[in-house]
This record gives sequence, structure tokens and C-alpha cells, in this order.
Amino acid sequence: MKRDADFDELARYPGEWMRGEGPESDIVISTRIRLARNLADFPFIRRCSDEDRLSIERTVRARMDSLTDQRWKSAHYVDLEPLSEIDRQLLVERQLISREIAESDGSRAVAFDVTEGYSVMINEEDHLRIQVMKSGLDVQNAWEQVNRIDDMLEEVILYAFHPRYGYLTACPTNVGTGLRVSVMLHLPALVITEQMDRVFRSMQRINVTVRGLYGEGSQYTGDFYQVSNQVTLGYTEAELLALVGEEVAPRIIEYERKARAALLKNNRDDLHDEVSRAMGILSTARKISSEETMHHLSKIRLGISLGLISELDVKVVNQLFLQSQSAHLQKLQGRVLGTAERHARRASFLQHHLAGKDDPTWN
Amino acid sequence: MKCQFCEKPATFHITELTEPAGPQVMHLCEEHAKGFLQKGATPPVSAIAGALAKQIGQVGDDLEELDQKECPVCGISFFEFRNSGRLGCPYDYTHFESDLRPLLVNVHDKTKHVGKRPTRSAGTADSFARMIGLRREMEEAIEREDYERASEIRDELKAMEDPIRTPPSDPDETT
Ligand SMILES: [Zn+2]
Ligand SMILES: [Zn+2]
Repeated sequence: MKRDADFDELARYPGEWMRGEGPESDIVISTRIRLARNLADFPFIRRCSDEDRLSIERTVRARMDSLTDQRWKSAHYVDLEPLSEIDRQLLVERQLISREIAESDGSRAVAFDVTEGYSVMINEEDHLRIQVMKSGLDVQNAWEQVNRIDDMLEEVILYAFHPRYGYLTACPTNVGTGLRVSVMLHLPALVITEQMDRVFRSMQRINVTVRGLYGEGSQYTGDFYQVSNQVTLGYTEAELLALVGEEVAPRIIEYERKARAALLKNNRDDLHDEVSRAMGILSTARKISSEETMHHLSKIRLGISLGLISELDVKVVNQLFLQSQSAHLQKLQGRVLGTAERHARRASFLQHHLAGKDDPTWN
Repeated sequence: MKCQFCEKPATFHITELTEPAGPQVMHLCEEHAKGFLQKGATPPVSAIAGALAKQIGQVGDDLEELDQKECPVCGISFFEFRNSGRLGCPYDYTHFESDLRPLLVNVHDKTKHVGKRPTRSAGTADSFARMIGLRREMEEAIEREDYERASEIRDELKAMEDPIRTPPSDPDETT
């Protein structure tokens, strides 16, 4: 594994799972699968001393280093403790690490591979959080990859596994498989037509959670929802994958498709107006917050998928979602920016890219 | 501040753990907060709190006694677990087994793992206790510069880590 990562380079690179490709990618942004695992011979994080945490980090790093798989060799291993806040934030924005691990203290690290779209967090809520991200609805491929990484790590790390309760986790809500399958959906038409409540209600009793996605400062950004399995114990991995990937996500996708078709049929002019206004604001604003950006980008993304905007590719919109976030802006700019500077920089960044200028950062 | 789902003022601020963003605050009006907490979309932390509240209803006067129960390996009390929603070590699933089982039923509806099994594991739950204890002893030995003892323990830990094949299924349970 490489001992560090070039964060400036990382900020320029869009990330495989943000490419806006893959099955159902007009509605599904990404699929993420994570496994929670713990070492057998340490307390869980909450009862770890500083020395325990350091010892876990060192043990895991050494064991990972002993792996011979070629793909593993190209991974980066980054110690999060000495990292600057902006670099940690950058990893959060790319979903390579959680906000929780970014903001905690003590020894902690992440191993990741940008092109492969996986990361392993060390000393998060559990000793290990292995996750794989895919663009679009791609549950089976994400599972096969995360399962392979788990098999590899299991060869060198003795997991806390109980014959009855399965993989033991710090929180009993993750015990058993330790598996969380999450699908991120873009549901603007269901939001506009005020049907999200109905979706929430229809998901009762079937063991899935539907969550709104938040931007910076926990402001509600609307239109983006994540569905994931709620239970982890007493079901096979295949059952949980099917629950989210074959039962729930396709059903919500169908609702959203119907809502989009109805909007187009009954409110085409209003919709076109709203999409054009969103484009207008992002193309001309001089200062803009990330919440407002998200809000308008969401409308533009809808406009593209309905054919109301033709001069823009959904890839570019996905890239703008990612790179208009604070840490990305600051890395691209090469320095720390205050809030006002950030808002101005974001506006000019959006303007430039929406003007259809060729994009040197997207290959 | 307005409710996230309607125009009414947000009077409930519910912190929940979401993936992958970490702890998040939900700002909801009374009506939506009630709906949110009662629906199937119960977030993990609320699920624990809810399940524990039910359990505690049954336990009644015994609650104080249960709260004081401590894990001999990591020292966490049931009270601390109840407040944080996080366990202290793998052995807690054994030490607090009967106390946790109603919670597992409430959260997952099931209490028996049927998914993937590692090809090797620590054998029994007692081995977690033993391994964590040994590791602590080794750290103490290093601290007092008793390297001979420390290396003995290291060998012992290594021996325990050597492949013990995971049995195909739980021998003493039928549920
Ligand atoms: Zn409300
Ligand atoms: Zn314990």
C-alpha cells in the first residue's frame, strides 16, 4: 500500500462511482455496501484506551501490508490523525470516510482505492468498516467486491465472530452480517408532487430505512434519499441484498418514473420554467451557498433526464455536486477560503462549468 | 426553523446515526416527529432507546440492579450501554446475553445469525475474554519492562489466533 495520497490530485478526479453511469443512473446516484467487523482480541472502540487504538491501527496496517494481492498494493493507506481538517473533509465529501471518523480523536486511518471505489476505515465505530461504492444501482457487483475484500482481510485478521450472533459489532443494530446496503436515489418528482410521505409509509414493516440526505451544517437539501436495510441479524447477505436491490429500490424508482411522466404530461411548462431558472441562477450568481447549489443542481439533473436541457451531460452535473463542496473548492483553489470567499469561488466555478467550457478535470 | 417535511415550526430535533454521513440532526414538527419515530423507518439509535424502554418497563424494580451489572472484561456497565447504545467488547454479547436478547428481537425480529461465517474464528466466546485479558497483561508486562513475560504472552496470543475452523452452525441452539 502507498503510505499517502495526493489530495490535490484526488480533488480533481471525479471518482468512479460519481460518473453517472450504471443501471438506472437517471434516478440512482450510487450503491454503497459496507461491512462492520471487529478484531477478536480488543475491546470495542468505546472502551479502548489510546494505546489500544494505536495498537489496533498498527496491527491492521501491518496485516494489510502482508497481503500480496496486486490490487491491494495500489491502495492508499492514510493516517487520519495528523491530517489537516480540509483533507479529512475532502475524504468525507468523497464518502471515503464518515463524518464520524473525521471528527473523532485518536489513532484512526483509512485504506482506499479511488479507481476501485472501495475504502476500509480503521477505528470508526467498529474496528473495521469495509465499504464499496458503485455508480447507479449495482448491488451484486458491489457485494462481490466487498465480500472479496472481507475474505482477504479475514485471512490475516481474526474477527470477533460468535456462532449464534455472527459478526459482533459495537452497536447491536449492526450485529450478525454487519451488512448495510444503501442506495442513493434522486427523487425530485416525488418531492414536487408531495408523495414522499407515501413512500415513507409504504416502506413501513419491510425492514428498510429511508433517509433524507443532508448537506453541510445539517441543512436539509431535499430530493436525495437513501434507502438501506434496517436489519442485519437473522437474514443471509443474499436476502438483504435482494431486499434493497431487487424489492425496495426498483419500487421507488418506478414511483419516481411515474411521477416524472405525470409532471411532464400535466406541468411541462412549469417544470421547464423551474429547470431553466435553476440553470439561470447557477450560471449567473456571484455568490452561492452549497445548500442552494444542491437545490438547483437537483432541478438541472431532473431537467437533463427529462430532455428539458440538452446542452449538458449528467456526468458534469454529478461532478459539480462533488466539486462544489467546500473542501473540494478549497483544494482546487489551493488554499483555505473563508465562507464569503468560498461562496464567491463556488459561483464562479459553477458559472465556468455550466457555460459548456471544456473541462480539463474530467477525462 | 421549519420542519423538514412541512411548513410548521420544527420543535423536535432528533439526532440519529445515518450512513455514511455520521450523526445527523432531524428537525421536525411534532406531527412528523411522531410519525418518524413510530414508522418502520425507525433509526438505529431510536430503535435501541425504544426497545430498551419496553424492556425496562418489564424489568421495573430490577432496573437498578441491571444497570449496575458490569462486564468483567471491559468494565462497561449496562447503564453505560443503555445511555450510549454502544457495547464495550465482544464478550458483552455473552455477559449480557439474556439482557440483550429482547433488544435484538425488537431491532431485528431474529436472534440467530444465518449469513456468512469466517473460515476461522476464536472458537468460543470465552476466548474473546481470554484474548483481551492476555493482551492487556502483555501491555502491562511491557510497561514494567518484563519483556520475557510479554513475549510469552505474545506467543500465547499467536497460538490462539492460529486457525480454529468455524463450526458450520451453532451446536447448542435450535431457534
Ligand atoms: Zn412537519
Ligand atoms: Zn465487555
